Amino acid sequence: MYMKGTAARMGVMKRVSLVFKAKANKALDKMEDPRETLDYSYQRQLELLTKVRRGVADVATSRKRVELQMNQLQQQANKLEDQARKALSMGREDLAREALSRKSSAQAQLNDLQAQYAQLQAEEEKLTVASQRLQAKVDAFRTRKETIKATYTAAEAQTRINEAFSGISEEMGDVGMAIQRAEDKTAQLQAKAGALDELMASGVLDDVGGRRDDIQSELDMMSASSDVERDLARLKGELTASAPKQIEGSGANGGSQAAQAPQAQEGSYAPQYTPPQQAQQAEQYQPTQAAGLPVADLPGLGAEPQDGDG
Amino acid sequence: MIVRILGEGQFRVDDATAAVLNQLDTELEAAVEHSDQDKFTAALASLLAQVREQGTSLAPDTLEPSDLILPHEDSSMDEVRKLLTDEGLIPG
Repeated sequence: MYMKGTAARMGVMKRVSLVFKAKANKALDKMEDPRETLDYSYQRQLELLTKVRRGVADVATSRKRVELQMNQLQQQANKLEDQARKALSMGREDLAREALSRKSSAQAQLNDLQAQYAQLQAEEEKLTVASQRLQAKVDAFRTRKETIKATYTAAEAQTRINEAFSGISEEMGDVGMAIQRAEDKTAQLQAKAGALDELMASGVLDDVGGRRDDIQSELDMMSASSDVERDLARLKGELTASAPKQIEGSGANGGSQAAQAPQAQEGSYAPQYTPPQQAQQAEQYQPTQAAGLPVADLPGLGAEPQDGDG
Repeated sequence: MIVRILGEGQFRVDDATAAVLNQLDTELEAAVEHSDQDKFTAALASLLAQVREQGTSLAPDTLEPSDLILPHEDSSMDEVRKLLTDEGLIPG
């Protein structure tokens, strides 16, 4: 708890400055020779300078990590949007909806990361300015230190040393706190970033190799399936071309007409064949392929010479 | 009078401004004592604004200690309480 009673009427500002001064005096009192204080303090200042620069680098590293995650999430969001577009073009609104809902959670994460990024950037700037200010004061202190040492007389030295010391000591306290705050903030954000990395790796956010695959594989299967149907229709078209009449319709109008044409023509082969539909389910895909293979063996068709269209 | 805003640097303010600061500081202190978050936020923001607007920045290479020290702009009440003891201070 903080001081009560008379100190309470002093105000926050004064009390904080007294706490800083008390800290500086305590350090001064430890030294027997005032000149020792100067050298010791200067060493501490250099250490703190190193520390604050390392702090700037650490925050920058965290910021870059967040940036990387933002890029990954953005790519993921774009990919999901493409998948949604593709699913829609195939008449699969359900898939498109799923892809878009995943995109929206990726987008939410992205917004969160943007806020983190801004925080880290602000922290980095603060520390950079703090390190520049400390550098300026350390330089001034070194000059002052050398002057005091050169003209040293015990009588006046203590006062001058105390002045220089309390000025820099306050700055060091301030910078030390800035480093601590930046570390705390960065640690929090790093924990978040680590959790997000795990989340992305686990596929919950539809990263590559994760749940994304189910949308993609369904899309792939649908397009593979329609490729098969198209090829099938083409082959059938070729075959029926050598038989009388049917080539025009099947060639120009694609799968569904081509499929129906032989169905009407060849009663024996129709039951095995699943007519291709745009929204054909994956389960129906295998039988179609199986039915497609024996075409050449069908009576009347396979026996015809192929060179006519070849 | 020299005022430091933690995390920002030092400013020199005139006596008139110092009087305004003292008034606001009393409010800040009362807010901390009564754990009044709204008043705390308002008082701290006004204090910092006064110093930034009315004060002039000290050169970074000055070694003058400050007469008054103000908390960081994003300080919580707990952080300010710690500042009033030496718990919140990194030894310098």
